[in-house]
Amino acid sequence: MQALIAPLVVRAAEEAEEHELNPLLPHLVEIGLSLVVFGILFFAVKKFVVPNFETTFEERTKAIEGGLEAAETKQAEADAKLAELEQQLADARHEAARIREEAREHGAAIVAEMREQAQAEASRIVEHGKTQIEAERQQAITSLRAEVGTLATSLAGRIVGESLDDDERSSRVVDRFLADLETIEASQAAGNGAS
Amino acid sequence: MTYAAVVRSEGFTPPSPADFDLPAIGGGHETFTMFGQEFVLGVTKPMLQIVLAAVIVFVFFWAASRRRSMVPGRLQFVGEGAYGFVRNSVGREIIGGHDFAKYVPYLFALFFFILVNNLFATIPFLQFPTFSRSGMVYSLAILSWVIYNGAGIKKHGFAGYIKLQTVPPGIGGPMLLLLVPLEFMSNILVRPVTLALRLFCNMFAGHLLLILFALGGQYLITEMGGAYIGVGLLAWVLFIAVALLEVLIQFLQAYVFVLLNAMYISGAIADEH
Repeated sequence: MQALIAPLVVRAAEEAEEHELNPLLPHLVEIGLSLVVFGILFFAVKKFVVPNFETTFEERTKAIEGGLEAAETKQAEADAKLAELEQQLADARHEAARIREEAREHGAAIVAEMREQAQAEASRIVEHGKTQIEAERQQAITSLRAEVGTLATSLAGRIVGESLDDDERSSRVVDRFLADLETIEASQAAGNGAS
Repeated sequence: MTYAAVVRSEGFTPPSPADFDLPAIGGGHETFTMFGQEFVLGVTKPMLQIVLAAVIVFVFFWAASRRRSMVPGRLQFVGEGAYGFVRNSVGREIIGGHDFAKYVPYLFALFFFILVNNLFATIPFLQFPTFSRSGMVYSLAILSWVIYNGAGIKKHGFAGYIKLQTVPPGIGGPMLLLLVPLEFMSNILVRPVTLALRLFCNMFAGHLLLILFALGGQYLITEMGGAYIGVGLLAWVLFIAVALLEVLIQFLQAYVFVLLNAMYISGAIADEH
């Protein structure tokens, strides 16, 4: 054990004598140099670097806030426009419904009027037809009256012209007269139908 | 048997704090003595890295923020995301109120300054964490201390601020004799120390671990050979795994540093406890 440690101890003692370096003791130049170099760096950074960064941060914050504000305004505008458009749409729908309703009423009125007109026309036509028939009937009566008189006269004349005593004969005359009359009527009817 | 192994291993030089004491660029070998310790006089790699980190952070975010378009391009998008991350999830969440905007430039610059410097530990050809140099961290911790105390004093006045930070509400009498010094210690004195050590130690230890895996693996393969080659290869596989873990730690440490800054400021300007 002794032999193991001895050379190490001797060596350590020798080394301590040789160097005697204590790393905790400062090199005076290094103290000053470190202070000066750091001081220069500090002032340089404070003057040229930090203000730049701070300004950038500030500007960016402002830009972002401004952007947000603008976006909010835009959003509000868009909302207002949307509400307005919806209002307009509702109005238009309302208007359309109103117009439709009006048209329906109008149409119904027109149909009713037409129907009335048609009815009036029909009754007018019927009336006209009746009047005409009546007139024709009157005319027929008038002409019949005149004709019956004439016929009766002419028949009477014939009967008188023939022998009035003979019953057989008089009935023959009447028959002949009626047959003549029928043929005249038939030919007149044929002439009417042809014309 | 064990003895033989130890003897053979004496040929391997384990990584030490000396590995972090990089030589001056240009090959100057002059040194100066301070705190009883010799320091390299001249421009070293971490000094160049810290300047490079500041340039990278500024140029990237200046280019990303320059255009200021409403719809960001890819570069602007990434820049805004990164800025918004610190602004909102650290500044606004922790400090809150109307006051947080005042501290955002500080928190923002601090976070990416530390993050890029930490990531240098993983970036090929650089591969050195700037904040494994304790002096680099101390100044940032002191600055944090000045800022949160300054903010508190400005708001509450000196006496009011000291009272706010040291006298817990709802406690009176002799208990205060015990609590006031404790609160003063933890809120005023210890905070910058823990702040500095947390970042420094994480970066220092992480890098040390990576050196160990890399050099140890190499030593096992080239110097010891035989069955040790397998172990050496395993060490290299672990190197990759640890390097990936380191990326997470690098991010986390930057985040924690800024988060604590924000919490300290928030506590200092709070109206009540």
